[in-house]
Amino acid sequence: MTRDLIVVGCGIVGASIALAAQRAGLRTELVEAAFPGTGVSAAGMGHLVVLDGAELALSARSLELWRELLEREPGLSEYRRTGTLWVAENGTELAALARSQDRLRAAGVPSELRDAAGLAREEPALASDLAGGLLLAGDGIVYPPKAVHQILSCALALGARIRTGQRATALTGDGVVLEGNLRLSGEVVIATGPSGPELLPELPLVPRKGHLVITEATASPPRHQIVEAGYTRGLHAPDGLSVAMNVQPRPTGQLLIGSSRESGLSDSEVSPEVLAAMLGRVLRFLPGLGRLSALRTWTGLRPATPDGLPYIGRVPGRRGVWAALGHEGLGITTAPATAELLVDGILGRKSILDPAPYDPARCLG
Amino acid sequence: MVDGFDLVIVGAGPAGLEAARSASRAGRKVAVIDDNPRPGGQIWRHDPTGRAARPLRRLLSDLQSHEATRLFPGHRLVAFESGPTLVLESATGAQRIRGECLLLATGARELFLPFPGWTLPGIYGAGGLQALAKGGWPVAGRRVVLAGSGPLLLASAATLLRHGARIEGILEQAPTTDLLGFLALLPRWPLQTLAALALLRRLFRVPYWRGSWVTEARGREGLQEIVITDGRRESVLPCELLGTGYGLVPNIEAANLLGCELTAGPHPAVRVGSRGETSRPGLYAAGEITGIGGAGRARLQGALAGAAAVGDRRQADRLLGRSRHAEAYGRHLARHFRLGEPVRHLARPETILCRCEEVPLARIAEIPGDDSRSLRLLTRIGMGPCQGRICLHALAETRPEPFLPDWLTRPRPPLFPARLETLAGPERGPLP
Ligand SMILES: Cc1cc2nc3c(=O)[nH]c(=O)nc-3n(C[C@H](O)[C@H](O)[C@H](O)COP(=O)(O)OP(=O)(O)OC[C@H]3O[C@@H](n4cnc5c(N)ncnc54)[C@H](O)[C@@H]3O)c2cc1C
Repeated sequence: MTRDLIVVGCGIVGASIALAAQRAGLRTELVEAAFPGTGVSAAGMGHLVVLDGAELALSARSLELWRELLEREPGLSEYRRTGTLWVAENGTELAALARSQDRLRAAGVPSELRDAAGLAREEPALASDLAGGLLLAGDGIVYPPKAVHQILSCALALGARIRTGQRATALTGDGVVLEGNLRLSGEVVIATGPSGPELLPELPLVPRKGHLVITEATASPPRHQIVEAGYTRGLHAPDGLSVAMNVQPRPTGQLLIGSSRESGLSDSEVSPEVLAAMLGRVLRFLPGLGRLSALRTWTGLRPATPDGLPYIGRVPGRRGVWAALGHEGLGITTAPATAELLVDGILGRKSILDPAPYDPARCLG
Repeated sequence: MVDGFDLVIVGAGPAGLEAARSASRAGRKVAVIDDNPRPGGQIWRHDPTGRAARPLRRLLSDLQSHEATRLFPGHRLVAFESGPTLVLESATGAQRIRGECLLLATGARELFLPFPGWTLPGIYGAGGLQALAKGGWPVAGRRVVLAGSGPLLLASAATLLRHGARIEGILEQAPTTDLLGFLALLPRWPLQTLAALALLRRLFRVPYWRGSWVTEARGREGLQEIVITDGRRESVLPCELLGTGYGLVPNIEAANLLGCELTAGPHPAVRVGSRGETSRPGLYAAGEITGIGGAGRARLQGALAGAAAVGDRRQADRLLGRSRHAEAYGRHLARHFRLGEPVRHLARPETILCRCEEVPLARIAEIPGDDSRSLRLLTRIGMGPCQGRICLHALAETRPEPFLPDWLTRPRPPLFPARLETLAGPERGPLP
């Protein structure tokens, strides 16, 4: 059977690619081993965030695309524009946030700096000894499992197709083989999240485990997603455990709490020690939350590349095979710009973003 | 951290207290924790209007005579830390406790099958209503119906009657033939027979409709009337309170989190050997958590497992034969009170299945496939404060086999909603 494009994996990345491809007129078929949106995408926090650093361009473009999508499909994925409030513990961190503001401005992303008093006005529940913060009002939140399904529905409505419960087992040179030996031919995109190495062992990818906690509803939730400035340090800490305060107000009044990072672990067990470290950090910044109850906890594996950028583009040495992998802790955000870059690449079109930094060739030995 | 116990027992019902007595008799240091303010569990729940049940009084006075035995009422097990250390929460703070061995006697909870109107104020679990009455909630003069399946309906009715309620009737979904089958062999278990006779004597004036169930509950602000049927004819019965329950499901969550092997099916029990040993070394289980079989069986199992856990073989061996016999009673019960098809499919599209997240049956029917994880992610069924303890079991009953319940295969802490400061650990956060 021949289709223009076969997308392996229906997480947020695969679904977004299918939608962009189908819109560009490519007849697309998704192949999903389990059920749509039940991979890492189900575990993620769904914070749509412009992240200063390596992924600034990709995340900034993605937020534009998310807002376009949300204009076309209002109410999609339980979207709320909460903004992000980055919180500095001391003067050094506040100075770093000020420098971050300059880079964001250069990328066309507005933000506002807050001193200690201004921070307290934004979020009175924050500890009183903090230095200040940076507010990105354009950021928002979605509910990822719904996001995957609704983006998938849009793609299916345009004529895309999906096979669920069917695992791709090998690449053939002109397509893929599925379990049960069914062959599909066409250009192939691998968007299998942390399982990337099963089909593309040449692209280095390690799991980075993260823990999340959801609480009961509170009468006075914070208005913004609040993240400590130190969060970005954890992004680059290669080994061991790093934890940072990251608190998201859900539309229900519940709080979704992260975050932790542990490299190289691939189990799904919830560790009480990691929970304790993470929640200790949260109570440092939001001391009033101590008596709020946690309802549930879970973990997820972020697929991480060596340089912190995803692989988006043609896989060298293979015919008609494209990668959309390695989105680490930002794949919900960066899925739409990933899809745009990839489809532009397949069609040989010039893209708004420079594709070079994401070229998988950079990490091949 | 409280440390140095030979045996920590979770649950102070018949099984847990008997286990504590066995272990104390063997001279061991025992801790019993329970989230209720007083020991006794469901069946011996404290009732200020009456004297505590005789077996409970005996058990407690025996335990009091052992200095090394400590009760921790009002403490709820919410998580484990490595060891395993038990993380407990009380109304005021958190506590950590550790012992050489652990025995889980966490009992069972009621199984609810949703029907139109079942979320109306005035409708409770049959056991829940019994507990409310014992707790002093006024039921005197109120018109009450009990409906569902199993002996708990009778026990609840007897308590409510004693507290002055007007019992309009008891509806048992099991058909007369099954009930006769149950009664025919009941004399094999003399203690259970005596208990049944005592109940029937207190209830002899109360109508007991067999092969009957509630198809709908109606009312404006609260319950006013119910529609009942015997499968052929429907009729309307006015009432103010309804206690409902279709049997019991074991509280396996703590055991499951520790990786104990479970029995198959949507309402699994913890698999134990003849001495209450689970698949995990040092970990024992007794009572309803190992399968539904009533208080008599729970007491024997508890006594046996408590002795076995502290290595008192003589005491344990002595109880083996009787415990096996009591075991058979559980199977007898299950066989004759099994649920018929109609009561599983009473919900209508608009009937709420998950009360915490307000998920109606129609939302669930929309989700394609039979993947329980997708179902949960997309409808949020089971994601509220009760953590699916009610709705996920109800859902499993409405589904045709096979339905793979993912909430069983991926247990995670906390076992009950737990304060962030509790989970943040003893050194962090403002602990009182
Ligand atoms: C704790 C945590 C918090 C996070 N928070 C955020 C956040 O706030 N904001 C944000 O932007 N991102 C966040 N993320 C990151 C985000 O969740 C991921 O980057 C993103 O979901 C990756 O999506 P994906 O589509 O690549 O992977 P997945 O969602 O895992 O999708 C891959 C799919 O491929 C399927 N598959 C695998 N192998 C095969 C095969 N051989 N054949 C067919 N199908 C196959 C899988 O079943 C799966 O459905 C978080 C991640 C974690 C773990």
